[in-house]
Amino acid sequence: MSQTLLDALALLGSFDHRLLEIVGLSLRVSLSALTIGTLLGLPLGAWLAVARFPGRGGLIVLLNALMGLPSVVVGVLVYLLLSRSGPLGSYGLLFSPAAMIVAQSLLVVPLIAAVSRQIVEDAWKDYAPEFSLIGIGRMQAVVLLLTDCRFSLTVATLAGLGRAMSEVGAVMIVGGNIDGYTRVMTTAIALETSKGDLALSIALGLVLMSLILGLNVAAYSVRCWASRRYG
Amino acid sequence: MAHRFRSLVTLLSLLAGVAFAQETLTVASTTSTEQSGLFGWILPKFEQATGIKAHVVAVGTGQALEIGRRGDADVLLVHDRVAEDKFVAEGYGSYRLDVMYNDFVVIGPKADPAKVRAAGNTVEALKSIAANQQTFISRGDKSGTNAAELRLWKQAGIDPKTLAGYKEAGSGMGPTLNMAASLNAYTLSDRATWGAFKNRGELDIVLAGDPILFNPYGVIPVNPQRHPHVKKAAAERFAQWLTSPAGQEAIAAFRADNQPVFFPNAKK
Amino acid sequence: MFPLRITGLRFQPNGRAVLDGLDLEVSGEGISVVLGPNGTGKTLLLRLLAGLLPADGGTIRWGEAASPSERLAMVFQQPMLLRMSVFTNVEFALRPQALTSAERHRRTNEVLERVGLAHRTGDCARLLSGGERQRLALARAWAMRPRLLLLDEPTASLDPSATEAVERIIREIRTEGAKVLMTTHNLGQATRLADDIIFLANGRVQEHESAQRFFARPQSPAARAFLQGELPWRIAFDH
Repeated sequence: MSQTLLDALALLGSFDHRLLEIVGLSLRVSLSALTIGTLLGLPLGAWLAVARFPGRGGLIVLLNALMGLPSVVVGVLVYLLLSRSGPLGSYGLLFSPAAMIVAQSLLVVPLIAAVSRQIVEDAWKDYAPEFSLIGIGRMQAVVLLLTDCRFSLTVATLAGLGRAMSEVGAVMIVGGNIDGYTRVMTTAIALETSKGDLALSIALGLVLMSLILGLNVAAYSVRCWASRRYG
Repeated sequence: MAHRFRSLVTLLSLLAGVAFAQETLTVASTTSTEQSGLFGWILPKFEQATGIKAHVVAVGTGQALEIGRRGDADVLLVHDRVAEDKFVAEGYGSYRLDVMYNDFVVIGPKADPAKVRAAGNTVEALKSIAANQQTFISRGDKSGTNAAELRLWKQAGIDPKTLAGYKEAGSGMGPTLNMAASLNAYTLSDRATWGAFKNRGELDIVLAGDPILFNPYGVIPVNPQRHPHVKKAAAERFAQWLTSPAGQEAIAAFRADNQPVFFPNAKK
Repeated sequence: MFPLRITGLRFQPNGRAVLDGLDLEVSGEGISVVLGPNGTGKTLLLRLLAGLLPADGGTIRWGEAASPSERLAMVFQQPMLLRMSVFTNVEFALRPQALTSAERHRRTNEVLERVGLAHRTGDCARLLSGGERQRLALARAWAMRPRLLLLDEPTASLDPSATEAVERIIREIRTEGAKVLMTTHNLGQATRLADDIIFLANGRVQEHESAQRFFARPQSPAARAFLQGELPWRIAFDH
């Protein structure tokens, strides 16, 4: 184990532009999916926090359960959807980064919506009496609450980022792990592991973990600064 | 709605940075060709000769054929002769050409407790593994290698599912070798993947060279009559180039672990 | 919408009556202060009037109507402030009203000026001191131009100078023609602000008098005891 780790560290020193390509694609795919997931997930979560309708409880339970949706299931569903023989086959998106973004977005939306629903609903409990007296409508409440909770909601976004960056099941199936085109960090790790090159796997794993750590450090710093600034 | 959806697709493509400039081709192939490094060796040469960028999706032969059947690849390079012929006969493939072969090898512990080295041929070796109650890891994933292995057991007259030591990995060649290395077990591998495999542990080739272990690869363009969107011209160029003298020489020059592992055999 | 007539108002969560057939009539002018020991339902009365809770019995009549015909606003004991600027914390409350954006901005700046927060419009509301927060909450309610303003303990836990600033604003709001109905525990504040006193105990109005008469000659024994500081806190829970 320790020898493997040493080999991994030595490899890190000798990485070339191909690794940068893989890292770049990982970031591009996951950050795109995160953008889509945030744009859909936050309003969905906030709306679910303030809306009252029959079946709302069931929908919340379903959303919470979808946080645990296996990425490989999403992969198969998106595969069947985007396959040439599937309903959206004519767009020819299978085995492309776009397909990977679609799959990761589907993974990330329920997660962000579920976490933000909880955060916004907790805030809403405090604000509801005053909002109702002022006459704030549902949609205005959604906008105000999302703005008010913006710093807490970074947690929801970070959870989404972690899920997108770390999943391998969906991108492997819909991306195809094509060298130089759809190979990302996680599928590269899976490939190197199956080639028995454990040192390279661990080296890639270290890069991925540092990347996620770095993004979290950045987000945390922004949050600390912001809560000092805005209370 | 349709219009809006199209804008969404365009947006996705922009986000994904899809390059429209270069002609691309989707090849569904096997883990052995990808993981041994063969594609890394020949595809740059193919691209140089034709200007076509080949995207390889490496899966088991069974899944590769399924991808072709659904029209999600333009051309296949696989190794399961029986299934390939069926694929073409059913009209999913335009035709099949011989490209190359490699061979399967029996991998096992260096100490060889089942005495496979002394068995002489593969069928006897499997009988000996069963008789000595040794562990055998099967791919168990409907790949070409898995299909070949099951044919061998049949010839030995043994139903492997009745053996206590028979385990199905349900995954590609690499993970199966990882499992065999950690359990110090026997398995059947293609020579190319074994050649590029690093985590060997106490394993070695215990049997090779048996004619029955001959493993032919064929190239099959997906039939445009079934799937009109396939890149017919590019797929045909891929098939023609692989079987041309240039392609055949490139295959012959490929080395894994300093060994030739693929042997060109296209018909002249 | 005035006089406001409350008859037989009941509120009994889990069967325990907090308001037990409360009768009250409130005119449309001046500052009415609700006094009474803790737990007698002073805050509850304000919340029921604001329509935030359903009553378990009784009627509330606003003039001839069952619901208020003009705007009412309420400032809570712990005012809710959004994690946004002082300016936005007032301005957002005007968004549901049919006002131009220019008019919203003008009104917001005007009330912030009048509560003495004009120099802090760009600061984050959550960073204000206790007194400033209370003034901001009053500014928000004021900007809505309510006919009735409900204030729940507007100066609880404020120091004397902050309390004075808040009282000055309350007087100004009254002068502009809004009816103020407020609760307090500060008897000095009641004497300074109140036109009339509503004394609540045991879930009912025990006494409703002009402030002068109430403090000079309280009629009910409960009010006398309360003013002398002898009334035990638990009276509201007695059976």
